[in-house]
Amino acid sequence: MIGIVIKKEFRQIFRNPNILRMMMVMPIIQLIIIPFAADYEIKNIDLAIVNQDNSSYSQRLVQKLVAGNYFQLVEASTDYRTAQESIEKGHADLIITIPHDFEKNIIKENKATISISADAVNGVKAGLGNLYANQIIGQFNAEIREELLVMPRHNEIVNIQTFAQNRYNPHNDYHLFMVPGILALLVTMVGALISTLNIVSEKEKGTIEQINVTPLKKYQFIIGKLTPFWILGMISITIGFIISYVVFGIVSLGGYLSIYLYSGLYLLAVLGIGLLLSTFVDTQQQATLFSFFLMMNFVLLSGLYTAVESMPGWARFLSDLLPPSHFIKVIRSIFIKGSSVVDILPEFGIMAIFAVVLNGLAVMNYRKRA
Amino acid sequence: MKTFLAFVLKEFQHVWRDKRSLFILIAMPVMLMFIFGFALSNEVKNSNIAILCPKPDEEVLSLIEKIDQSKYFTINKMMHNPNEIENYFKQNKGKMVIVFENDFADKLQHDKLANVQLIGDATDPNTATTMIGYAQGIIADYQKSLLGETNLPYAIQVETRMLYNPQLLSAYNFVPGVMALILTLLGTMMTSVSIVKEKEFGSMELLLVSPVKPIMVIFSKALPYALLCFIDVLIILLMARYVLDMPIRGNIFLLLAMSVLFIFTTLSLGLLISNSVDQQQVAMFISLVGLMMPSLIFSGFMFPIENMPKPMQIISNIVPTKWYFEILKSVMVKGLGFSYIWKHTLILVGMTAFFTLVAVRKFKIRLS
Repeated sequence: MIGIVIKKEFRQIFRNPNILRMMMVMPIIQLIIIPFAADYEIKNIDLAIVNQDNSSYSQRLVQKLVAGNYFQLVEASTDYRTAQESIEKGHADLIITIPHDFEKNIIKENKATISISADAVNGVKAGLGNLYANQIIGQFNAEIREELLVMPRHNEIVNIQTFAQNRYNPHNDYHLFMVPGILALLVTMVGALISTLNIVSEKEKGTIEQINVTPLKKYQFIIGKLTPFWILGMISITIGFIISYVVFGIVSLGGYLSIYLYSGLYLLAVLGIGLLLSTFVDTQQQATLFSFFLMMNFVLLSGLYTAVESMPGWARFLSDLLPPSHFIKVIRSIFIKGSSVVDILPEFGIMAIFAVVLNGLAVMNYRKRA
Repeated sequence: MKTFLAFVLKEFQHVWRDKRSLFILIAMPVMLMFIFGFALSNEVKNSNIAILCPKPDEEVLSLIEKIDQSKYFTINKMMHNPNEIENYFKQNKGKMVIVFENDFADKLQHDKLANVQLIGDATDPNTATTMIGYAQGIIADYQKSLLGETNLPYAIQVETRMLYNPQLLSAYNFVPGVMALILTLLGTMMTSVSIVKEKEFGSMELLLVSPVKPIMVIFSKALPYALLCFIDVLIILLMARYVLDMPIRGNIFLLLAMSVLFIFTTLSLGLLISNSVDQQQVAMFISLVGLMMPSLIFSGFMFPIENMPKPMQIISNIVPTKWYFEILKSVMVKGLGFSYIWKHTLILVGMTAFFTLVAVRKFKIRLS
């Protein structure tokens, strides 16, 4: 019985190239484009310098600021107002003003002030730009101090030296972080969105009533409906693996078997979401809107872009209730850190609970009546 | 005209009848504002870390206490063996391990030099870098407290002013983003799917034989969504002002006028899509992949455009959302006037005219 339904579904899927296209094109486009776009490493900050002190110190400082990788000099002037205008127009992100008598003040009065103005509409960028500028000015300060006086020997001063190590991703490669996460999201999209649409389109066209009058049992219908999507989901994961290797050169540090095992379980849970959603909505338009609403929540709260640890308690709680958050965490641990099944055993348990509860609710909610 | 109004009324009733969708359309901006406003941040707060120190002495203990008391870190494990580090990371128990060397206090006292190793889980590179930075700050402070305060000569002080957004709130970046996103979703996706639905069911033919001009039938379909778009804009602005306490600096009428312009842009795109396809799933697919995703990626709202490879930066110019997002930022956050955004406005007007033109030309009175 179930076999017949599965066969019917597969035929319908292959007959309608749109769904197939969605399942193939969407992962490929997203996996290729997003990691290139989602580069949160802030570099190339556009800098406007207002140098009012035409001294050798101020020129050295300007050179030092421009020499690093962080800043791109877009404007040099002596008037703050021109610089401010280029911030307003969006040409510059940061203004560094070196005031009159900068050099004189350092030498004569032992201190001088430099002011930084940052376009803080994008807070992260402004903060980092400020940090970089402070670092460079600090280095410059240390340099000239050393020139101006012979430092007392450091023997009497205690020193705690810190060594930093970025484990698993020593070059801070952002692709390594994003690719597995986006892969997780794609599987979710394929599983939840497309299975919902499929069932709802039968509702909308009325063909579901024809199925309902057959002797097919409820669970048989549901298993028959979900199996093809489970298989397609696994295929799209595989495509994802191939792309992450071919385009980004990323291979999993952990075993692929454990990823497939976990993904299989996860797809069950996601299909449960799709099924549950399809029992709530009547039209494809509604289905689209609802799944979009869900996807937005998944994307934002799952820790794909911003760390779950930085969220307040209620949001962390919500995040824990969403299966994609767990999947993203697990796929990253396996891919990047090489966690084994034993390391993440509790996560398997959690996902199994999700799968049972979501599918259970869906089956309970599904009535064999239109 | 009267018949046209009747059509508009019919469409309004259609949208009004679908209470569930209506609820989502209103709840979506509210939810997004809450998530962006209160849930998402790049700050590190109370992050779990572990300490590896086989034999902690008093110096280590007081430093550990300093670290634990900071708002950034919570110590959830004391390790005694380096082998534990790997499992700690692999089981996702925490994101950093601080390793103190043995006889830390002794070394500090006699050699005047002691070592601390900070190992971050760089699976998430930015978080790891930030955490290491904070830890280094705490340790440097501790070292300073050991030294006692001494003033260095020849000091250059830095004064920083954060323009427009002194508290570095992320709201200033995402409120315009959410507005742009919602309008794209509603204006383009909902409109195109609702028109194509009539095609798919064949009810479009009935509408087309009515005395109203066929193109008016299509416009009447877009109107309810235009109104909903506008309501969502108002909801977002009110929430930004009164829930997130974000001042709206520019002229509010300019802001609303620009939003209306962008609503027209999205609607014209919706019409274009609906006139080009026959199946709801295709319409949805095109709006999702062809528009939603580019809007999210290329508007500069989620990802900084200047970080992207050059070809992608060029592509971003043809995404309408990008221009609207920049207008919003200039007017809402920076309080600039029309003279700063006329170029953007012109581009949006041009895009709208282009989409409408193509949509009307593609529009067929007869269905195949």
